[in-house]
Amino acid sequence: MATLARQQHPLADSASQLRHYDEVTGIIPPFSSTLQKAGYDGLFAGRPEILQINVGKLCNQTCRHCHVDAGPDRREVMSRETMEQCLQFLDRSGMKTVDITGGAPELNPHYRWLVSECRQRGCRVMTRCNLTIITAHERFNDLPRFFAQHQVEVISSLPFYEASRTDRQRGTGVFDASIEALLLLNAEGYGKPDSGLQLHLVYNPVGAFLSAPQQMLEQQFKKELSNRYGIVFNNLYVINNLPISRFLHFLLQSGQYEEYMKKLVMAFNPATVPALMCRYTLSVSWEGFLYDCDFNQMLDLKITDQAGNARHISTVPAEALQERRIMVSQHCYGCTAGSGSSCGGQLVP
Amino acid sequence: MKTYYNPDDLARFADISQYDKALADKFFNWYNEVFAEGALSAREKSLIALAVAHALQCPYCIHAYTEDALAKGYSEEQMMEAVHVAAAIRGGASLVHATQMMNRINQLSIS
Ligand code: SF4
Ligand code: SF4
Repeated sequence: MATLARQQHPLADSASQLRHYDEVTGIIPPFSSTLQKAGYDGLFAGRPEILQINVGKLCNQTCRHCHVDAGPDRREVMSRETMEQCLQFLDRSGMKTVDITGGAPELNPHYRWLVSECRQRGCRVMTRCNLTIITAHERFNDLPRFFAQHQVEVISSLPFYEASRTDRQRGTGVFDASIEALLLLNAEGYGKPDSGLQLHLVYNPVGAFLSAPQQMLEQQFKKELSNRYGIVFNNLYVINNLPISRFLHFLLQSGQYEEYMKKLVMAFNPATVPALMCRYTLSVSWEGFLYDCDFNQMLDLKITDQAGNARHISTVPAEALQERRIMVSQHCYGCTAGSGSSCGGQLVP
Repeated sequence: MKTYYNPDDLARFADISQYDKALADKFFNWYNEVFAEGALSAREKSLIALAVAHALQCPYCIHAYTEDALAKGYSEEQMMEAVHVAAAIRGGASLVHATQMMNRINQLSIS
């Protein structure tokens, strides 16, 4: 499957995605007014704790729900120079947690260098690994060892413990390759009690429905993966699909866009608001621009200064990012539905 | 198109309280309690509900509990097996009555 960008599909353009949000205003209330009703006059950032670095849109997979529109045909990858600017930002901000994402971040030629530089600075490093990259080519086979040597936390998507539903979302053969990769990670000690090597799995519903509570699914995943394959992991992060890029495309194509948006609004949970990840995360794009989260990045809702100029990682003063107003739109309903959703899973019990 | 069943009516379920709020409140409270975690888990109850929905052939319940069972992490195979259980009980319930037919045949017939 080609990416939306490759197909030159209108939805490859973030402005056209935002126009779809305008279309449903009237059927569903603007997110900002729902926030206001819940007693929040906008959404404001606290002190940023996690720097989420998106090192590029290049990926060996083309998952149906991908909000990045990543794939093998994308060429946007972060340069070494921009990575250096990220490291300088870490130095001047004192932020101590880094979350590396993509695409498949390992396809960036400077990925391993970035990981080791972050670790040398004493940062906790999380990496979003799609699993199949580990077995995709022999030059990636040693990734589990590399992760372990650098004590990197591995966060990997596995939407179901059976092939049918996993492959439907992520592509034919992905399930089997993912199981193989999980076994390699386990062999390195990942997910094993007392190894100190954390392996978390990410669950996105395979379609236009919301997920059951994280704990319920985690129990199920642990039981099934252990019984069937002897695989162990630490936590399951349950994440809602946000109506962005290829998931928005799926919703529109299948005629379920309005219904899904209504579902998210019906499930709005004000208790999730204080815990929203944009309040303590900063997202940086392959070009070095700053965003409130990876979703805003894909919608090109940039963090700006008071004059409206886009903030760049090379020049932004760290203190300028605290207490900033977060850019919200209708996609934010995905983070506040039910028990809430973030890159670290559910937000409230 | 005019039909007896309208998919939008599922979201209007709570409107049944318009004509008798007291009884509707009792029903919804009881319903919510039935589906809470208990000696059976909320997850197990969802699969039972899906099977019963098929036995009753209620399109609203099938719509709602298919989604609920997917959300609660059941596989397609597990869901289909649950429907077969419902169908088997329905089929068996008809067939077991054949014994009544056979009794009546014996009663009416010259032996
Ligand atoms: S969801 Fe992840 S693995 Fe799938 S295409 Fe997007 S970036 Fe690649
Ligand atoms: S999409 Fe979610 S994380 Fe991003 S700004 Fe909206 S609420 Fe915050």
